[in-house]
Amino acid sequence: MAPQKKKPLAVYIHLPFCAKKCLYCDFASGPADAQQIAYYMRVLQKEIRSFSAIATLYRVETVFFGGGTPSFVAPVYIEQLMNLLRSQFEFSDRAEITLEANPGTLTEEKLKIYRAAGINRLSIGLQSVHDAELKTLGRIHTYADFLESYDLARKAGFENINIDLMSALPRQTMALWQDSLAKTAALQPEHISAYSLSIEEGTPFYEKYGEGLGRLALPGEELDREMYHYTKSFLAEKGYARYEISNYARPGFESRHNLTYWTMGEYLGFGQAAASFLEGRRFTNPSTAEEYWQAARTSYQRFRAMKPETVREQMEEYMFLGFRTARGVSREDFKKRFGTSFPRVYEHTLLDLYKQGLLTQEGGRIFLTDEGIDISNIVLAQFLLDERTSL
Amino acid sequence: MIIPQDHIRNFSIIAHIDHGKSTLADRIIERTGLLTAREMQEQVLDNMDLERERGITIKAQAVRTIYKAKNGEEYMLNLIDTPGHVDFNYEVSRALAACDGALLVVDAAQGIEAQTLANVYLALDNDLEVIPVINKIDLPSAEPDRVIDEIEDVIGLEAHDAPLISAKNGINIDEVLEAVVHKLPAPEGDPDAPLRCLIFDSFYDSYRGVVVFFRVVDGRVRKGTRVKMMASGAAYDVVEVGTFGAGQLIPCDELSAGMVGYLTASIKNVKDTRVGDTVTEQARPCAQALPGYKKVLSMVYCGMYPADGAKYPDLRDALERLQLNDASLTYEPETSVALGFGFRCGFLGLLHLEIIQERLEREYNLDLVTTAPSVVYKIHTLKGDVIDLSNPTNMPDPAVIDYMEEPVVAAEIMVTTEFIGPIMSLCQERRGVYEGTEYIETTRALLKYTLPLNEIIYDFFDALKSRSRGYASLDYTLKGYVRSDLVKLDILINHEEVDALSFIVHESTAYERGRKMCERLKEEIPRHLFEIPIQAAIGSKIIARETVKAVRKDVLAKCYGGDITRKKKLLEKQKEGKKRMRQIGNVEVPQKAFMSVLKLDQEN
Repeated sequence: MAPQKKKPLAVYIHLPFCAKKCLYCDFASGPADAQQIAYYMRVLQKEIRSFSAIATLYRVETVFFGGGTPSFVAPVYIEQLMNLLRSQFEFSDRAEITLEANPGTLTEEKLKIYRAAGINRLSIGLQSVHDAELKTLGRIHTYADFLESYDLARKAGFENINIDLMSALPRQTMALWQDSLAKTAALQPEHISAYSLSIEEGTPFYEKYGEGLGRLALPGEELDREMYHYTKSFLAEKGYARYEISNYARPGFESRHNLTYWTMGEYLGFGQAAASFLEGRRFTNPSTAEEYWQAARTSYQRFRAMKPETVREQMEEYMFLGFRTARGVSREDFKKRFGTSFPRVYEHTLLDLYKQGLLTQEGGRIFLTDEGIDISNIVLAQFLLDERTSL
Repeated sequence: MIIPQDHIRNFSIIAHIDHGKSTLADRIIERTGLLTAREMQEQVLDNMDLERERGITIKAQAVRTIYKAKNGEEYMLNLIDTPGHVDFNYEVSRALAACDGALLVVDAAQGIEAQTLANVYLALDNDLEVIPVINKIDLPSAEPDRVIDEIEDVIGLEAHDAPLISAKNGINIDEVLEAVVHKLPAPEGDPDAPLRCLIFDSFYDSYRGVVVFFRVVDGRVRKGTRVKMMASGAAYDVVEVGTFGAGQLIPCDELSAGMVGYLTASIKNVKDTRVGDTVTEQARPCAQALPGYKKVLSMVYCGMYPADGAKYPDLRDALERLQLNDASLTYEPETSVALGFGFRCGFLGLLHLEIIQERLEREYNLDLVTTAPSVVYKIHTLKGDVIDLSNPTNMPDPAVIDYMEEPVVAAEIMVTTEFIGPIMSLCQERRGVYEGTEYIETTRALLKYTLPLNEIIYDFFDALKSRSRGYASLDYTLKGYVRSDLVKLDILINHEEVDALSFIVHESTAYERGRKMCERLKEEIPRHLFEIPIQAAIGSKIIARETVKAVRKDVLAKCYGGDITRKKKLLEKQKEGKKRMRQIGNVEVPQKAFMSVLKLDQEN
């Protein structure tokens, strides 16, 4: 039998455990004891194995351990999971393997095990260099803790590190944000994610800041955007280019894992609440632990039973995901992927959006302007198609 | 079975909403064996879903039962249920005119209400014998003695031997039936005189055409009789006559003087069988029509537009079909710059409007945009013409107007004395002219006001309820037109005048209304990419302004772990929201904003 060309795959592994849930966090995560963690790991491994039937069709290009705080669990679990993945899937030589870590949970010992397991990228959640802000967010660490962890990581040999920052925090001023940015850039990480805080329902932050007078503590829309625009120009000066709405990297250090999401590459998510996109099917695991335990065993069957997305749905996604990236989309890519040009309605939409200064084009690619990014939900919603639209 | 004329009793039940009219009707039907309790669907007489849900009777209904009285004789009881709202006053008066007596049902806890009183007077005006019935006597808060005194003092009806009942729990229903048999008069009328029947309702049936409900005053009618409607002049051969079962029509050979029943005659449209008209025999007509007929005029108008412009023909068909059944609904096509093609519809009142709107949405599955209701103004031009204006958009240039008139009503508000203050100030705010107070008893009073109709069609009823903690009740009748300083208030959104939002208002309240309207619209209109001024203007003069600020940020910063589905749902919600909008210039306005004017006083 002729050797089949393997398809690239991104693997996401969700580890929903942390020392303490942050006050703004609405992800499926929370504190847990050793027994619960051990049980979860068993279930997770079963789920990964259940995909063995198709594992041989793919070559893993990226792995991302997200959470929660993956660095919170005993590092032996990371090792086991990596071993399992390698036994199931072929890995690319230059695979990007990221682990999310929080300051205060990293030790020299852990980092050594991660390296040995093949982790070659760390994403460290700093959020702010001001301890008062960290306290507001409900983080467990100080800035000093972070510096220590960062230093340990470098010493352990990690040469690809991302630092997460958050803007638009309660009572944050422009000066405070500039300070966070400057101190972070000075450390010269390869990658910086800078999110502006969003207040999600069901979090303690929503209770406090979501409605009424509490809202007043948050920077207004104007300041929020000022911070965002400053971030782009400041980081550009320091050698970081914005390649996605909230992501900045030095050349060559864009996260290939995250880009997979935006460019409609295939990915497989394991664990509670993890999402996948494989063979045109999108499916998401249950977000509560109990439901996940039940469902994990049959993940593969559920995936098989899933109806693939229609061409129409894929076109919409191609557009609204692609526009999140600085490169945007191109007619050529579109045609290559779908075998047809943009639906006619898109041409009208594009024209409107050019006129409004929300989109622009250059070198055959179409992308959001800075103004377009500010209100990207409004722009992107316009690329959803009606049932009736002819393609 | 032949029951002689002197063993017929035609009666109706008068009651305030919630005082138990329909429940008593059910018990009577049940007791007289027309249906067993098991067969009874709750409240047989209210047969529209809407009526059952709202607990209001919209159309008159009738039912015939045979009651074997304690004296061993059988009586034919025709119960005619009347509509229970001030909007349908005329229908009530005609239904009462078809009766010889009435049961006045009063809640033992709440006593007499304004509307009860109005209907009792209507009954007495029609020379009906009225028997008081005290209901809900098993409630802990029941005070039957107080209520009996109240009935005697206020209405002057002997009430000390009034049946004390609980319709809900079936207590003392026989007493009511015995009172009907022994205290109400038998119908008069000569079965051998020329035919004379009073139409008190009709409905359209797609198989039989119009089914006319009527009371035979004199003469007889049977299948084949050629009858004539005296007001409309239309003549028909009767196809079928019959009486009313519970929820069904029972054909019979003949209806004669004193009887209540229905006829069908392949009649195509209820317009030809107007409530209050007299039916006679064409070959041997009666000398004179029965008194009291009048053509009902629409009091309240509004524009109704399909939310989806493509549904215009559906809306037209639906209105046509509703009108088959409801001669008091009028409509004619109109166009609005903002809303496209639609209809200007006329109604008896705001409740009637709401009912039609709800039926269009529910029974015909139409999504509607309704403009603010308007009354009919009379515009006297300098040339001496008089224009009836029911759509504010059509108001002529003020330069050609000599003066304007607006309709006013005589309103009676029943209220407990502790709320007299707040209710009087409400009436004052609504430009009411105080006409006097009648004390019903030491703690209750009847306030009389002359009020402009346009002040009560929006939210007066709600305001009344909220300022009296639900205790005040209202009744009104159209009194006539008075000269008034009225202006047309226009609303501009992003400098474009929105015709569907214009309304006519008294000069003295124009600023206040304009300001509130702008505030309200500011809440309703979502932020756009640009700033949107919302202005209220009289002519070219801007009297109020609000601004909808531009969106500066609408971005999902984080899109975690590849959960695209969630993000897509968010975008879809955003897109769905846009669909329910109307495009005014480059501004998207939600459909419900067009109803804003209705809610101007909501915060009060």
